[in-house]
Amino acid sequence: MAADYSKLSLKEAVAAAREAGPDAILQSVAERSARLNPKLNALLRFDAKRVSAGSGAGVLGGVPIAVKDNICVDGWETTCASKILQGHVPPYDATVIEKIKAAGGVIFGQANMDEFAFGSSSETSAWGPVRNPWDLERVPGGSSGGSAAAVAADMAFAALGSDTGGSIRQPAAFCGVVGLKPTYGRISRYGLIAFGSSFDQIGPITKTVEDSALLMNVLAGHDPKDSTSAPQAVPDYTRALVGNVKGLKVGVPEDFFAAGLDPEIEKSVRTSIKLLENAGAQIVPVALPHAKYSVAVYYIVAVAEASSNLGRFDGVRFGRRVQGADLIEMYKKTRSDGFGAEAKRRILLGTFVLSAGYYDAYYLQGQKVRTLIRQDFSTAFEKADLILSPTTPTPPFKIGEKLTDPLAMYLSDIFTIPANLAGVPALSVPCGFTASGLPIGVQLMGRPFEESVILRAAHTIEQTLNLRARKPMLEGAAV
Amino acid sequence: MSFEIQKLADLARLELKPEEKAKLEKDLAAILSYVDELRKLNTAAVEPTSHVLNMENVFREDQVRESGVRDKTLKHAPQTEGTLFKVPKTVDKES
Repeated sequence: MAADYSKLSLKEAVAAAREAGPDAILQSVAERSARLNPKLNALLRFDAKRVSAGSGAGVLGGVPIAVKDNICVDGWETTCASKILQGHVPPYDATVIEKIKAAGGVIFGQANMDEFAFGSSSETSAWGPVRNPWDLERVPGGSSGGSAAAVAADMAFAALGSDTGGSIRQPAAFCGVVGLKPTYGRISRYGLIAFGSSFDQIGPITKTVEDSALLMNVLAGHDPKDSTSAPQAVPDYTRALVGNVKGLKVGVPEDFFAAGLDPEIEKSVRTSIKLLENAGAQIVPVALPHAKYSVAVYYIVAVAEASSNLGRFDGVRFGRRVQGADLIEMYKKTRSDGFGAEAKRRILLGTFVLSAGYYDAYYLQGQKVRTLIRQDFSTAFEKADLILSPTTPTPPFKIGEKLTDPLAMYLSDIFTIPANLAGVPALSVPCGFTASGLPIGVQLMGRPFEESVILRAAHTIEQTLNLRARKPMLEGAAV
Repeated sequence: MSFEIQKLADLARLELKPEEKAKLEKDLAAILSYVDELRKLNTAAVEPTSHVLNMENVFREDQVRESGVRDKTLKHAPQTEGTLFKVPKTVDKES
């Protein structure tokens, strides 16, 4: 039997590819994905035969990486897990795909997700729900649930996700992996199928903090093809992992620990606070008094942007078409047949808040409260170098539990949405497990373009807790 | 807050089945009543946020380049004729 390399981190896999050759590395994850994907439904498409392991050169030397199915890959069907994009084959690579390929990485699987990234559970995919590797009856989080589940189950060494209201961090927390949403504009979105254009960011989902830094070095930077990408210089993120947090001011918003927070999560997150304090960080109280309005602001502004962005799916240029007697009927039949329930809900809600007579009361008011939330962050970051909170209010919930109650589903993103509204970088790093063995994540939010600061603190939490050896029981034993 | 689900569906180019309509109507009402909490805040003096980086007017030189994607794009389009996307007739002879 060939050696199994699938458990390695991205960094370890790059080293192993140099020793054993990139083909052996690719075969390990291909074999494992073939075995586990029928249980998890984490990947929509993967086939080792359609990719070449390459020469093994470059910082990602021949190592396979999974990408969320809303990132365009030249010549590969890319659907956003929606029926309306069935048969959509992009004629170009997203900038992040170009960058991974240029660094020697191999695009391997395309990861399942909530349809158009609308969801917090990866249940709204047109191709069925993703299952959590730690408990197959539970959701992996969403919307990048396939990416997080694939990394947690060692079906990929790392994956790309996208985060509009927590879609990288919440599934990372639910699956026990590291998920980073960079500063708005830090990574090019050229080739990311748009959801909420003033929020969307691509980011890495990885097994370790170091892998996150390694991928950020590849992905970050200005792109002339994305006019919203930021011109700021890109540091070497791996240099942030210095192994100490001495003097770092860690802000703790007590409001985030109020009623509704699961007691096991509270205990675990408070242990991380203590850990940082013991390592020399200074803990300071901070207040984000308007953060409680985040979910409301988000479900006005983000759905408005979504309804507008989804206007382009009309059966004319790509994806599926359902014929109609005239153009309008063709649009209506195509869209009604192609979009799932949550997509329709958000399109209608977005249409309403932008419609004549309601724009000021909803959309404009939402944008103004967004300003108040940004101001809260600015004030907090005068006192603190980073802000620490739970990533999620509860552990992973049961499949089906929140699917019929949209508001309950939306509220599961209550701690992650504020960072998107403010545009600041935020990551989730594993900080423990519940008594029943479900992963818990702690969220670190930083000042704009200070990914290095949150990576540094996350690295200390990770190295101190040393949780990586614990693996999900996927085949009767921990594999 | 009041909305007419059929009018929204028409604006959004969606055809809703009766059972879908009832469920969506209920969901939208619940979500809108939740977001109504924002109305309590006095924002008369607050500027709206449309872009968190405060960037505006990002210009570049207008240069002609080959994108080279025409054939690949047309190959996967729902319906084409020659080098064009084909759609149902939109203009009558009379008008």
